[in-house]
Amino acid sequence: MLEIKNLHANINGKEILKGINLSVKAGEVHAIMGPNGSGKSTLSSVLVGNPAFEVTEGEVLFNGKNLLELEPEDRSREGLFLSFQYPVEIPGVSMVNFMRAAVNEHRKYKGLDPVSATDFLKLMREKRAIVELDNKLASRSVNEGFSGGEKKRNEIFQMAMLEPKLAILDETDSGLDIDALRVVANGVNKLKTPENAAIVITHYQRLLDYIKPDIVHVLYKGRIVKTAGPELALELEEKGYDWIKKEMGEE
Amino acid sequence: MEDSNNILNEVTTSDYKYGFVTDIDTEVIHRGLDEETVRIISAKKNEPEWLLEFRLKAFRYWQTLEIPTWPHLNIPFIDYQDIIYYAAPKKKEGPKSMDEVDPELVKTFDKLGIPLHERAQLSGMAVDAVMDSVSVKTTFKETLAEKGIIFCSFSEAVQHHPDLVQKYLGSVVSYRDNFFAALNSAVFSDGSFVYIPKGVRCPMELSTYFRINAANTGQFERTLIVADDEAYVSYLEGCTAPMRDENQLHAAIVEIVAHEHAEVKYSTVQNWYPGDKDGKGGIYNFVTKRGLCKGEGSKISWTQVETGSAITWKYPSCILAGDNSVGEFYSVAVTNNYQQADTGTKMIHLGKNTRSTIVSKGISAGHSQNSYRGLVKVSPRAEGARNHSQCDSLLLSSTCGAHTFPYTDIQNETAVVEHEATTSKISEEQLFYCRQRGISVEEAVGLIVNGYAREVMNKLPMEFAVEAQKLLAISLEGSVG
Repeated sequence: MLEIKNLHANINGKEILKGINLSVKAGEVHAIMGPNGSGKSTLSSVLVGNPAFEVTEGEVLFNGKNLLELEPEDRSREGLFLSFQYPVEIPGVSMVNFMRAAVNEHRKYKGLDPVSATDFLKLMREKRAIVELDNKLASRSVNEGFSGGEKKRNEIFQMAMLEPKLAILDETDSGLDIDALRVVANGVNKLKTPENAAIVITHYQRLLDYIKPDIVHVLYKGRIVKTAGPELALELEEKGYDWIKKEMGEE
Repeated sequence: MEDSNNILNEVTTSDYKYGFVTDIDTEVIHRGLDEETVRIISAKKNEPEWLLEFRLKAFRYWQTLEIPTWPHLNIPFIDYQDIIYYAAPKKKEGPKSMDEVDPELVKTFDKLGIPLHERAQLSGMAVDAVMDSVSVKTTFKETLAEKGIIFCSFSEAVQHHPDLVQKYLGSVVSYRDNFFAALNSAVFSDGSFVYIPKGVRCPMELSTYFRINAANTGQFERTLIVADDEAYVSYLEGCTAPMRDENQLHAAIVEIVAHEHAEVKYSTVQNWYPGDKDGKGGIYNFVTKRGLCKGEGSKISWTQVETGSAITWKYPSCILAGDNSVGEFYSVAVTNNYQQADTGTKMIHLGKNTRSTIVSKGISAGHSQNSYRGLVKVSPRAEGARNHSQCDSLLLSSTCGAHTFPYTDIQNETAVVEHEATTSKISEEQLFYCRQRGISVEEAVGLIVNGYAREVMNKLPMEFAVEAQKLLAISLEGSVG
């Protein structure tokens, strides 16, 4: 589904990604772990086409298409979803209008007619139940006045609405208490099918207690330095990242 | 990967879709303005002597005035002798039925979405259509007359209801008020007249649609709305003009009088041709709008969505004379490319326990300049006056300007006056967040801008709200990224 080959990327002229190789197949959950500043969030930003980052080298194929040539909105319509680490507030724009615009753009891309108001509201009702958001959600402005936990649940709600092929969860666990973490993780697990895939970016093991990864990668200084099964996450939890740093020949 | 600045600098490419010209025989008088011009206009309209006198007094006063320099506007020199002050679609006599209205005119208004055939109209709105200097047709006049409501062109009102016109004309906006008010009073051509009798709730929205068609002409219309005791009316105004390279002058006056417990709601969607993306052409819109809350407990509410005109100079105001009267001003002003707007309101509190609300939302893009200018005045005898003002600015580019000039003049210490102001930008983060969800930049800007303006848009009558929402999105098309 996703093939990343030798990906290099800069922000403000500084090279952050220094040759990433990664392959994700349908049905898989990958975890990308690593110390702060290793390039985890840069990787997710580059994949979804955040214009603040510049790709200098490499190739990314998404279901056979050259992802790097697509506009951010087309990447979304092709089925790529990012759960933002810091969801953005849009005052005055209600969730219902925001989501309806998004869903209809996705439908238009597939050559479908806009969804009817009744069907849409029904869909919203169904999907918000997955992350236990209440019925006030529809009329609230996008992320405005949401608590940290609500923002993250709202991200997963949007993921449920858009049914992406590949979801990237960028530090979805940060700032969540244990109950919110469970709700979010359950939501993600409910949305899992053999046809879709997920990349879970996290600093800590604890999210992976709830969302079981098939493959764990360690990202360090812009490169993937280790890839193994779920046991790698546990090892990291136990030994910390210093162990990796040592192995890389540094203190 | 694209450079976000590139999109930011992309200038609007959307076309002004009302920019066509109607090919119709037009009767025009000579260029230029002198006493003779004023006399010709008055004679063409077969006006009584007192009205000619009113015009001449205004003209003589206007000659003593200079164009105001206090607005935050860069107004190019206007040669008042190079303007044609009267242009009318040619006709033999006033149309008695629809069949007599020139089919070209009917087509024009159809194209603008203003059907003149009553049977073709959605129910719930009566329209007075004004092309250049004259009213073409007023619909549903008879239906309204059954309730005693007068809704007709200003010229007709002068002929058929001279007492009412004489009583109220200039009673809210004196010809001595300002440069453009004096000019309008001298040469005004047509417009709408509305009278709602005591205790009558007008059963449908009343609407005037203004269209400038002829070249080199100015449009100077005059609207007078009188709501007698306990009457209610909601009035809408729309306007468009062809795309022309030269600037055209529009200087209108709107006067509203609300008697005891009467309520008048006045909504405008102003979409005069704004000029092209390099700032060439466009309408100069210099308008004086004022309402007098004369009676106790009366209410006047202005709602405006301003997207057009090269230059806008406009301050719909309320004089709160009656005790417990209420004035409201809700405004969205959009400027793009090289448009300039200096707009706001005046709330003059004279009566006791008078209340006013001001909500102004400025949206600036391109190289435009957008200013809010407002005055809240509380006179010594206005015990218990209250005002709340909220002035927000949204910037869509780094080359535009947003300015706020709030004035307060409080002479009664029981007054409670609040002012809030914010300035914000559509952030790259917001746009990117929308795009990540599959929403295109254009659509995202439309969503965010409409969200920002929601408080004002909600005040528009249903018939207008949808159109206005689209208009907001269109006028900013391509202006952000």
